[in-house]
Amino acid sequence: MSTTTTESKQKRASSNAPTPGLEVKGPAVSKQMLDGAQALVKGLEREGVEYIWGLSGGAAIPIFDAIVTTGTKIKLVLVRHEQGATHIADGYARVTGRPGVVLVTSGPGATNTVTGILTAHMDSVPMVVLTGQTISPMLGKDAFQEADVFGITMPVVKHSYLVKKTNDIPRIVKEAFHISNTGRPGPVLIDIPKDISSAPCTAELDPPMDLPGYNPVIPVDKARVMAIAEALRKAKRPVLLAGHGVLISRAWDSLRRLAETLQAPVTTTLLGKGAFPENHPLSLGMLGMHGTAYANKAMVECDLVMSIGSRYDDRIIGQAPKFCKDAVRIHIDIDAAEINKMIRVHHWCVGDAGEILDELTQHVQRLDTNDWLNHLNGYKKKFPLKYKKYGGLKMQYILDELDKLTGCNAIISTDVGQHQMWSAQFNKTTRPDGWLSSGGAGTMGYGFPAAIGAQFAKPKDQVWAVVGDGGFQMTMCELATAALHKLPVKVLVLNNHYLGMVRQWQELFFDNRESGVNLEGNPDFAKLAECYPGAKGFTLKRGADIRKILKRAMDYNDGPSVINAEVEKADNVYPMIPAGRAIEDMILEAPKYKMEKPTGST
Amino acid sequence: MTTSIANPHIAQSTGNHTISVYVTNKPGVLARIAQVFARRGYNIESLVVSPAMDGQFSRMTIGLSGNPEGMEQIIKQTSKLIDVLRCVDHTDEDAVTKELALVKIGAGAGQRAEVLQIGEHFGCKTVDLTDTSMILQCTGNSEKIDALIGMLGKFRIIELVRTGKVLMARGDGLT
Repeated sequence: MSTTTTESKQKRASSNAPTPGLEVKGPAVSKQMLDGAQALVKGLEREGVEYIWGLSGGAAIPIFDAIVTTGTKIKLVLVRHEQGATHIADGYARVTGRPGVVLVTSGPGATNTVTGILTAHMDSVPMVVLTGQTISPMLGKDAFQEADVFGITMPVVKHSYLVKKTNDIPRIVKEAFHISNTGRPGPVLIDIPKDISSAPCTAELDPPMDLPGYNPVIPVDKARVMAIAEALRKAKRPVLLAGHGVLISRAWDSLRRLAETLQAPVTTTLLGKGAFPENHPLSLGMLGMHGTAYANKAMVECDLVMSIGSRYDDRIIGQAPKFCKDAVRIHIDIDAAEINKMIRVHHWCVGDAGEILDELTQHVQRLDTNDWLNHLNGYKKKFPLKYKKYGGLKMQYILDELDKLTGCNAIISTDVGQHQMWSAQFNKTTRPDGWLSSGGAGTMGYGFPAAIGAQFAKPKDQVWAVVGDGGFQMTMCELATAALHKLPVKVLVLNNHYLGMVRQWQELFFDNRESGVNLEGNPDFAKLAECYPGAKGFTLKRGADIRKILKRAMDYNDGPSVINAEVEKADNVYPMIPAGRAIEDMILEAPKYKMEKPTGST
Repeated sequence: MTTSIANPHIAQSTGNHTISVYVTNKPGVLARIAQVFARRGYNIESLVVSPAMDGQFSRMTIGLSGNPEGMEQIIKQTSKLIDVLRCVDHTDEDAVTKELALVKIGAGAGQRAEVLQIGEHFGCKTVDLTDTSMILQCTGNSEKIDALIGMLGKFRIIELVRTGKVLMARGDGLT
């Protein structure tokens, strides 16, 4: 059970040098001198935390104070809205593979994190959220700034704690980080009443964990791997479907070895972008609702599909009963609850993607896929992603140029909507940490703060936030955070003055009746950026200026830049599989007849 | 052509399910479990929570009705919760299932003898007796209690309280 993990974790922790603050005072003295909040900060130090993103408030003052009194090296970054803190932590976590840490106060401070927690939960992102809480005697009495955050967040966390005893803090912090970033990662919330964080902490600072119900280490089931290898041997038209799990498991090299050994094509989900280089000859790019035609056609025609670390979600499978219905379906996932959830599979293996792929690669040889690959290459030639360079300024044109200028080597963080899908299509991801997007939750306002988090994690890398005018306005207050920390995040606002994806649906399925989609009254985003000291604003209106303006933003590295790109107002994203329809129903261009209303939700 | 995949933890019979969940005795566990069922549209018919032999843990026995197709998911999602050590769907074949009922009957001198006779047949105890009423205590499986209540239907049942099912795996099996 979890004792093995506990022991190994303890060994690792005890082999580390003691935390600097403690070394001087000696453990016995420091124990007496610490309060709960200081013990909390010591716990964060032990976990190797570099940054805390937060916004202060009454119930969290002892914790903010402890950041000062402990003299910790952890850097506190004051954000402008708590949602921003969670998305920044999320972006940092996706790029580094380490949990992002958020610190906020009780009540509204805590509830403002809910969207960010949901976003992390849906996309399996490790995050630890610390929330202040009213003093324990006042719990449940509607005290000022009291909210039942433990209850409110319960459905969107991997686990959560309401701390009742100060001496539990060191253990809880240790458990929170362990839970957050092992197995299938996710957000963990620790709600800390102010009297608990203020009281003296006399507990051992590196206590054993107490998690008898949690065992994230799953040994590879070799019999299951052999069954998968056997199925692969018989396949003539296999497709490997790589999801976020490949990235979380850091299994991109293992995946590549398997794909190259088999000579099997690889498609990725939106969140799997980066799991397999999109400029590789075996890459089919992204599949799904707005995926490439060739990836989706491959799903229709394949005789075997093997998902590695994706959850066969509704954006991918379209209509569950029709999805790869005649193919052998295989699922590799670390979460047993994902197996047979969306579709029934013939073979599956639960565990770490990298370990399973490495074991599997030992038992397979090159498949006879020449005909299949030639066939798919034919589709690539026949149905390429395309757009018109002339006429109105197209988002696709800008993104295509961005891809060329950055040599697909930048980190791209997107918001949600049309620009997100076009960016997924045209910004080829070749590095495992090169793509950040809110996939499961589809959170507008994610892109810009997540880019800030990525920039904190990789100060020297080029980070682009590709956002729409709708989503950007939800979290653009973090321009202050980016400017203050001189982060050279480049924000590309693809401004069509619309909530474009909804407008597209209204055009296609609701007789073009626009309702609640017109963003009249947008500010001039370039001018707005210039209001923040150190931030630069650019305006892009013509195709001829794309390269020039993108380069100017690339050359400015003393703070954030915002490009306000005035793009064509009413363009539509294709290919498209209407929600709830089968992949076979994919349309490649504007339909000539009125389409039925989709049966799927969105 | 999809292979049907049998999970040893899932009772193969359809209809009502009785699930035993072994959990750490921590605040919020019940809420987390209830949420898994509620979100999937399952109705909890009965629920018994009590400390396990080791006081650090608790035992929950949950009677459920809902779509049997989704039961596999429910079990997996419940098992996934950090505070859950074990979650098993039991059938009558692999486990002993019992519940207890208290039935208060409005019965004066004229009816008392017949009520007691029925009670005796079902192995009931009379745990309260007044001039106008009596309380019968019955233990057994749910069908037996249903039958008792059916028999008592011709009298005036003032109140009925059932504990809900508890169960224990037969033989060497773990509950």
